[in-house]
Amino acid sequence: MTRTEPNRSRSSNSDSDKNSGNVGGGRTTGMRVIVPLQGVVQGRGGLFLGSVIPCAFFYFLQFYLKRNRKNDESDNSGEQNSSASSSSSSPNSGLPDPTRSQSAGHLTELTGLPRSLSRILLSPRNSGGAVSVSGRVNCVLKGGDSSPYYVGQKRVEDDPYDELGNPDGVIQLGLAQNNKLSLDDWVLENPKEAISDGLSISGIASYEPSDGLLELKMAVAGFMTEATKNSVTFDPSQLVLTSGASSAIEILSFCLADSGNAFLVPTPCSPGYDRDVKWRTGVDIIHVPCRSADNFNMSMVVLDRAFYQAKKRGVRIRGIIVSNPPNPMGSLLSRENLYALLDFARERNIHIISNEIFAGSVHGEEGEFVSMAEIVDTEENIDRERVHIVYDLSKDLSFPGLRSAAIYSFNESVLSASKKLTTLSPVSSPTQHLLISAISTPKNVQRFVKTNRQRLQSIYTELVEGLKELGIECTRSNGGFYCWADMRGLISSYSEKGEIELWNKLLNIGKINVIPGSCCHCIEPGWFRICFSNLSERDVPVVMNRIRKVCETCKSQN
Amino acid sequence: MRLIVPLRGVIQGRGGLFVGSLIPCCLFYFLQLYLKRRRPPPSDPTELPRTFSRTNLFSRGNSIGRVRVSSRAVPVAKPSDSPYYIGLERVKTDPYDRMTNTDGIIQLGLAESTLCFDLLQRWMSENLMESMMQSDDGEFDISSIAMYKPFEGLLELRVAFADFMSRIMGGNVSFDPSNMVITAGGTPAIEVLAFCLADHGNAFLIPTPYYPGFDRDIKFRTGVELIPVHCRSSDNFTVTVSALEQALNQARKRGSKVSGILFSNPSNPVGNILSRETLCDILRFAQEKNIHVISDEIFAGSVYGDKEFVSMAEIAGSGEFDKTRVHIIYGLSKDLSIPGFRAGVIYSFHEDVVNAAKKLMRFSSVPVLVQRILISLLSDVRFIEGYMAAHRQRIRDKHIRFVEGLKQLGIPCAESGGGLYCWVDMSSLLTSYSEKGELELFEKLLTVAKINATPGTACYCIEPGWFRCCFTALADEDIPVIMERIRQLAESFRS
Repeated sequence: MTRTEPNRSRSSNSDSDKNSGNVGGGRTTGMRVIVPLQGVVQGRGGLFLGSVIPCAFFYFLQFYLKRNRKNDESDNSGEQNSSASSSSSSPNSGLPDPTRSQSAGHLTELTGLPRSLSRILLSPRNSGGAVSVSGRVNCVLKGGDSSPYYVGQKRVEDDPYDELGNPDGVIQLGLAQNNKLSLDDWVLENPKEAISDGLSISGIASYEPSDGLLELKMAVAGFMTEATKNSVTFDPSQLVLTSGASSAIEILSFCLADSGNAFLVPTPCSPGYDRDVKWRTGVDIIHVPCRSADNFNMSMVVLDRAFYQAKKRGVRIRGIIVSNPPNPMGSLLSRENLYALLDFARERNIHIISNEIFAGSVHGEEGEFVSMAEIVDTEENIDRERVHIVYDLSKDLSFPGLRSAAIYSFNESVLSASKKLTTLSPVSSPTQHLLISAISTPKNVQRFVKTNRQRLQSIYTELVEGLKELGIECTRSNGGFYCWADMRGLISSYSEKGEIELWNKLLNIGKINVIPGSCCHCIEPGWFRICFSNLSERDVPVVMNRIRKVCETCKSQN
Repeated sequence: MRLIVPLRGVIQGRGGLFVGSLIPCCLFYFLQLYLKRRRPPPSDPTELPRTFSRTNLFSRGNSIGRVRVSSRAVPVAKPSDSPYYIGLERVKTDPYDRMTNTDGIIQLGLAESTLCFDLLQRWMSENLMESMMQSDDGEFDISSIAMYKPFEGLLELRVAFADFMSRIMGGNVSFDPSNMVITAGGTPAIEVLAFCLADHGNAFLIPTPYYPGFDRDIKFRTGVELIPVHCRSSDNFTVTVSALEQALNQARKRGSKVSGILFSNPSNPVGNILSRETLCDILRFAQEKNIHVISDEIFAGSVYGDKEFVSMAEIAGSGEFDKTRVHIIYGLSKDLSIPGFRAGVIYSFHEDVVNAAKKLMRFSSVPVLVQRILISLLSDVRFIEGYMAAHRQRIRDKHIRFVEGLKQLGIPCAESGGGLYCWVDMSSLLTSYSEKGELELFEKLLTVAKINATPGTACYCIEPGWFRCCFTALADEDIPVIMERIRQLAESFRS
């Protein structure tokens, strides 16, 4: 993956060369034909221009062909594959081949050493060593195991808090699952019917479309409309269902960017992007820092600067990923913000992935949630095509075990590609049928969204007030499951090291697992993400006591 | 494909300088001529000077141009031109129904089984609710199915899976649940393995004919290539080590790195079962070349012939070989006929592969709800025993009936012992013995006879005239209808 990068940048240079060349030619009256050996005939420059330029072009053309060959093969691979192996001539270009074999043969004669392109041939037949896995899987294997995010989760798994069973255990404030809230409401009422209706034999024993049944898509569209307070209607034919938001983001990254391209991501951001975007797709993330002074709002100037810096380094930016409501801050993006974002994307001709997994969990009174879908609703098609929305059913329905999320896109190619890719991360039939029965009645949905909001709101208020009493301020949050708490006063040194020290104390002394800002790529140390959707109201005082204990040890040390 | 660099000749001897400069110069010259011809008449000189990016000239409201998707998504988005997918799409538009649409297209292209629906249905109606209510007090415990759970599957499920697999494979081999990762179906399992075992641009050797879906599963996202190793009808399409060797050497000559061998056992689409000796040979070959072996055993429980099925896990566990290179794919979609559950498994002896797959399962995990149902389904030993016996018996009966029908028409099938399909030799119906003739026949079958069978071309078979027909979704009374349709088609050819 990284190997191709220099080629890419070079070939893009050649593209721009070509452009500027053409433009330069355009300014003079007529286009001149540059002939090799023109110099001999016409004076100066011809020999050089007439041979270096075409040679360079040819070289890049070969690169280009080589890169695109894989795609061609997967399309009409039948004949190509068989011919490629039965005769050694490669199908795409008859020209290079004869010379290749000649020169290769010549080479061995010349040097007497079997020098070849691949060193594989040299390795002994019986290599006793263990078989190796692919190079790219190493980043997955190592993937952040040492990061506080995973260390914290591990600790909670080993020693989870339980009010009765294990009152000394670690309290989970790191994982966004909505566990005590509103679960009972919809499933307990008719679990048997919901599930057994869905599990008719036809539902499980035949292949159903992996991108979701039409019925479910309609139900999801209805649910999304409800979550956005009816401000915009969603078209079921633009929905693709996937197993979880992670795979939705992965599929979008694959479709929108090539390996080695990058997305802009304003920080602080969700720690999950590092694996969802990067692991398998080879797409990079360029963080665009936002600051507490701006209340962590992203500014277009900073985005612009990041865009050009990346461009200078030869990295191609294909899009921008924003969360709305932002994870972890929870402050909603305003309509103006969204328009500015769309303008930015339009000017730079890039995509927007709007991550609206908490759209149904907007709990604040002030500010309204505006979906990106509403913004582009009135725009021309050409602009809608750059907007892609990720929506998570399991978050808003408090049912993460269901693993179901949706991609909502206006772009035909993205839709048809992701429909095919969902066979690689499908939603199982029982899940689909369960969801259909749960969310296809509008009354249920309304009641559900309402209860969810109320409960999130009450627990949020309680938690924020508790923190305030301890002298810990939070940013104003109106959506999502998180508080973004400012603990700068508690860290011993204003640095990432200080932050990790405090996090360690919170985990080991306070026995609570929160996410330090560094995991969210926040550039200012001392901020922590506290997920409150796990808590019941009885747990809040316990959490407060534990934080107080940590505060006291911090103060005594200072 | 190798690059020709200008001045290569100086370094490498002869030919490079000449070819590397003459060809590009000519091409460039013709390109210029072409451009010159195609240029619009010179524009008005009073127009604004053209700048490098015209975008700055536009006002905000005007959009610049369409935003592009990534180049690797383009081939994915394009409709597939493989006859396998074309056939499946066509059936959707006009499916056969015994009562309502007797003129529709009969589906013989999809390997699914409806043979044991009655047994499954009975189990579901009796045990479904209990299977989900696994709490101690008998109450419906929502948190047991609602919350995040380990992505690689609950330990109970892995234990049940291991037990089930060794049961259907004849009890000769036991599986270790800690080497196991539960995936959302066989498709993600294959993709994850391809990602873990090979880098972008590496290749797997794969004996042909092979399952047409591998192209999607493997090539789409991982960028791993498949190098066909051709098998012939004279060997009943069994792979030989010499063919593997030859393909490997050719691939290396072309500079592509081969990371493993992938094959299905029982093979899909032929349905033959690899013998113990062949499996040993393959593994020995892999060891010699230091590459991986991926054995797709998704039809392991659908064996109906006399030949015994041997799992690669058994060979690997014999102690004779280095087993870390062996990886097995299994799933319940075929053997238990529950494709809707999307339950599959990766069984690997390589620790790194297991660990990486566990992490990657966040993208394709099985929901806990489904896991709960599967746990009780798979641990119900009495049901499973009865089911598997019935499953085998019914496939055997259907197979005999189907093959017999074809035989009467003078159409032979390859010898097979497993799978939900048979591999039919229709070369007698071809107008010309070539790929073109085969595709013509495919089209005729689809439009005239209204039967969707998968042609050998889609499976990369090098001998024309072979078709894969899946018979397990047919009722007994459908078989005469199919035979009649084929007979009529054959007659129309003769006349």
